[in-house]
Amino acid sequence: MLKNKLNGLRRSPKGLVVILFAGLLVVGTGYTAVNAAVNTSPQAASHSAAQINYGKKLFLSNCASCHGKNAEGTANGPTLIGVGEASVDFQVSTGRMPGASSGPQMQVKPVQFTNDEIAAMAAFVGSLATGPAIPGAEYTSGNGDIQKGGELFRVNCAMCHNAAGKGGALTEGKYAPELMHSSAKTIAEAMILGPQNMPVFNDANITPQEKNDIITYLQYLQTHSSAGGDELGGLGPVTEGLLAWLGLLGLIIAITIWLGAKSN
Amino acid sequence: MSNTATAKKKNGFLAGTANYVDERVGVAGVLKEFGRKIFPDHWSFMLGEVALYSFLVLLLSGTFLTFFFQPSMTDVVYNGVYAPLKGAHMSIAYASSLDITFEVRGGLLMRQVHHWSALLFVAAAGLHMLRVFFTGAFRKPRELNWVVGFVLFVLGMAAGFTGYSLPDDLLSGNGLRIIDGMIKGVPFIGTWISTLLFGGEFPGHSIVGRLYSLHIMLVPALILVFLAIHLVMLVLHKHTHYSGAGRKDTNVVGYPLMPVYVAKAGGFFFIVFGVIMLIASFFTINPIWNYGGYDPSPVSAGTQPDWYIGWLDGALRLAPTHLEFMIGDNTLSMNILLPLVISLVFLALVALYPFFENWVTGDKREHHVLDRPRNAPVRTAIGAAGVTFYAVLWAGASTDLIATNFKMSLNQVLVTMQISLIILPIVAFMVTKRICLSLQRKDREIALHGRESGRIVRLPHGEYIEVHEAANEYDLFKLVDYKDYQPTLARPNAEGKITISARLRATASRFYFKDSVSPATMTEIEANAHHAHEIEEQVQKAIENQKL
Amino acid sequence: MSEQSKEVATTNHSSEAEHVYDGGLNVVHQDAVKDPGIEPHRVRMTDKSPKHEKNAVRQVVALFTLSMLGSAFALYAYFAFPINEDLTTVRNNTLFLGVGITLGLLGIGIGAVHWAKTLMPDNEVAEDRHAIRSPEDKRAAAIEVINLANQESGFSRRKLIRRTLYGALALFPLPGIIIFGDLGPNPGDKLRHTAWKQGTRLARDPYGTPIKASEITEGSVFHVIPEGLNPEQEDYLEQKSKAAVLLVRVDPKNLIESDEKKDWSYQGIVAYSKICTHVGCPVALYEQTTHHLLCPCHQSTFDLVDGCKVIFGPASRPLPQLPIYVDEEGYLRAQSDFHEPVGPSFWDRSAKA
Repeated sequence: MLKNKLNGLRRSPKGLVVILFAGLLVVGTGYTAVNAAVNTSPQAASHSAAQINYGKKLFLSNCASCHGKNAEGTANGPTLIGVGEASVDFQVSTGRMPGASSGPQMQVKPVQFTNDEIAAMAAFVGSLATGPAIPGAEYTSGNGDIQKGGELFRVNCAMCHNAAGKGGALTEGKYAPELMHSSAKTIAEAMILGPQNMPVFNDANITPQEKNDIITYLQYLQTHSSAGGDELGGLGPVTEGLLAWLGLLGLIIAITIWLGAKSN
Repeated sequence: MSNTATAKKKNGFLAGTANYVDERVGVAGVLKEFGRKIFPDHWSFMLGEVALYSFLVLLLSGTFLTFFFQPSMTDVVYNGVYAPLKGAHMSIAYASSLDITFEVRGGLLMRQVHHWSALLFVAAAGLHMLRVFFTGAFRKPRELNWVVGFVLFVLGMAAGFTGYSLPDDLLSGNGLRIIDGMIKGVPFIGTWISTLLFGGEFPGHSIVGRLYSLHIMLVPALILVFLAIHLVMLVLHKHTHYSGAGRKDTNVVGYPLMPVYVAKAGGFFFIVFGVIMLIASFFTINPIWNYGGYDPSPVSAGTQPDWYIGWLDGALRLAPTHLEFMIGDNTLSMNILLPLVISLVFLALVALYPFFENWVTGDKREHHVLDRPRNAPVRTAIGAAGVTFYAVLWAGASTDLIATNFKMSLNQVLVTMQISLIILPIVAFMVTKRICLSLQRKDREIALHGRESGRIVRLPHGEYIEVHEAANEYDLFKLVDYKDYQPTLARPNAEGKITISARLRATASRFYFKDSVSPATMTEIEANAHHAHEIEEQVQKAIENQKL
Repeated sequence: MSEQSKEVATTNHSSEAEHVYDGGLNVVHQDAVKDPGIEPHRVRMTDKSPKHEKNAVRQVVALFTLSMLGSAFALYAYFAFPINEDLTTVRNNTLFLGVGITLGLLGIGIGAVHWAKTLMPDNEVAEDRHAIRSPEDKRAAAIEVINLANQESGFSRRKLIRRTLYGALALFPLPGIIIFGDLGPNPGDKLRHTAWKQGTRLARDPYGTPIKASEITEGSVFHVIPEGLNPEQEDYLEQKSKAAVLLVRVDPKNLIESDEKKDWSYQGIVAYSKICTHVGCPVALYEQTTHHLLCPCHQSTFDLVDGCKVIFGPASRPLPQLPIYVDEEGYLRAQSDFHEPVGPSFWDRSAKA
């Protein structure tokens, strides 16, 4: 009876959460574990030992100086135990890692590794402890409900990333990046992980289907230019005001000078 | 032969029409009066015209939009062509704005024309005001017209804001919410005014319809009335002209209304309209479809008003933390009132400046020859300080975009702006005044000694001099034709008392004129010319010696 | 320009000699530089060369022709670029219609100005101004009219009539003002209450699904509305304007809570009003590592772990906290409504209702 009920729950994502949460409470692990638990899947199994070893080598030569030889973390970088494959993939494939300067936040830079190398490092970090996996097609297929996606984007994302996905300012020099060049996978990973100052949007808050809706909407924005002409950076009234003064009024003043000058 | 025949025929037609019209409306007198009226020509005299013409474009494009826009806040489910909103709840106002955009041919074009010309209208009016200020065109007899123009500028902002709020999208809705928050902060009556305005709690179902009435009826009607007064006064006063040879306070120098000015000004309307159309064809303005319908929960990063409201938004942002006080059980929101009061005081100072300057100078004469800005150093410096103050507030409204685009900390940008708001106007005042005085001294120098010609000559006794060329009489007159005001002392009145007003006026006059540079007089110029003549003789001698 | 007015101008600026205005602080220099009069007219190429004149005529004609072509193209574009579901059609319609009209307008404008500049006379003309002040005789006549009107009506003499008229004029606009009283209802106590009640479940914005405490992992943020708020209901936006809440879970160790509000959170889960206490924008920017909440409109910053106190920006008051608890099923519920009015401050917000 109970087993049936549990099976039923397991089929829905919400149910999965309940079960996992209940289980974790029994074990008595802390909240960090809960965080990881929400979208965990067994990872190590799918990777060959050779790949993990290769990843370890890359890790030791490129990451260990800040994150520690065993990814336990140092004063310069947090521990990577339990951050999951998704985190490695997000940070490295957007060029944020390896980090360069110690600014308010990690910058997007040219990517330093090949896809194979990134996958190997992700596999290695994933093998250390369970953590969020790289999101699959259920998140990133881009065939979701575009209207719901827009609605969810405005409620959950637009305040930082701007309604048109052009990014915006946070406090003390931090900022929310623009999303017009982000891949579906990157966006999904960001929502799952909540990298740096971004909050986490776990699958209980925004379901995988809803994440796919948001990605679908963003892909629409990425592929459709404005019907009205050049978007002026999509930044709203400020750039519009600048163009009104410098472009529109400026052009007209140039004409008035021609108009007022004597003809020869 | 045939040429003369057609010419005659044309004349006949023109004469016939003119006769027909005159016999019915007696227009000949008007034409005789105004047909050859003289208008001075200068590019800066056309800024007001730009504002006028963009207003006409606003009326034309706005009328088109009213035929399609529905100012209702009733909830509908959108079923138009814009896929990302299909199925979304929104107000009819927003839905009809989307329909104008995506389902009416030329609808998006007209929306963009309307919005771009609105930005241009206020910008041109503002620049026109600055021109009038810095050239002293507001002096007697034009003080009242300055006030009328000021009212037009404020009405322009009102027209803009009421229009900005109509599409009922997320951006304009949050703009209205800020207005609601400001109104609620007004002591005693704030919440009452808020519910009266919104027809109940924010956002209610009334505000778009009410703003629509204001936007398409009351505000444009007021603008038209004040525009008419503005233009009638312009004709009555005749236009000012820049100082120069032959330009006096007793005449007006320029081109006759017909035909030159009619062709130029008429053509200029089409140019302004054309340039607006050009920008509207190529540049998106207010992409309402990105924002979605108004919902009080979401907000977009980079939520800003249109540029002309920016300075008020900036004033709100720059208020320091913890300005709210309790008076007994009541809350005094100085974080809202202080920016509000500062803005209103700033506007009042702008409106009243001509009367203040007139009180200081005591000059009751009519002024039709414009000042070059350098020739009124303190006025120009006050203007520069005012512009700087406004500009800092204005920039304050885009602290977030400045931070992200120039990779700075939002907090530092804001604190810098707070300091700049107080420091920069003072710096601007001092720097501008110094620049003006230097330019005046340079003018005086040129009037007295002529222009440096770049020719270096060695005199027989070994001295090198640069030959100066005297300015021609037309250029010379431009350099010296300005009013020479000198500070006054506080003098006793008829009863032998020195009034406070007299003391204040004496102080103000010192503030204005204690550093003033007098124009070169004929006596000084002639004395220098004599000296220059002696040098010239020496130079000639030196050249001849060399030849030998 | 007559010789006489020139002379007047050099002594003091006044055209009507009968009324000399005071020049105030202006020092008039008797030996000021004399006005040499208007500069002689410079002859244009089009005035002296028939070839240039002909060219100018051609240019004007070309511009007017361009205008005709532009307008014709705009007409063509209206039909040739219809719009449908595909947004590129909207772009093309806007662009080509716009470019056609632009050419139609600029052709006329630039052509007319070019005509005026090159082919119409360009010698400057001077016209005398007249003082704005009416001549003395006209002023006297005007005063006479006013006096006569005063006399005939008895306006000054009949004090009672005058005063009652003032009274009537002062009162008559009042009904015109009061008639606007029904624009909106008395605010009443509506600002003090929101849709949150004891036991209302916290639900996701915008779909209204209830939230369990277990679903909120540390670092995540939920945008919340009270359960049962429905877009179809008449006052949906009004209720949402007050009831929007931000739900965040932080490490309970970091949470600084006053004794009075100790029971308002649940294992590090806190719920705060999303409506800024400055002017009411949604304060929705949550920074996970710093625990700061930032308002995107005016940059007020609140410290979420310290009772949402203001740490930067123009706001003054902390965001109101919504006390929450977890029911047997694990769902989050409100213990009560907010304990203070949400959103921007108003005069009597602290008064006891």
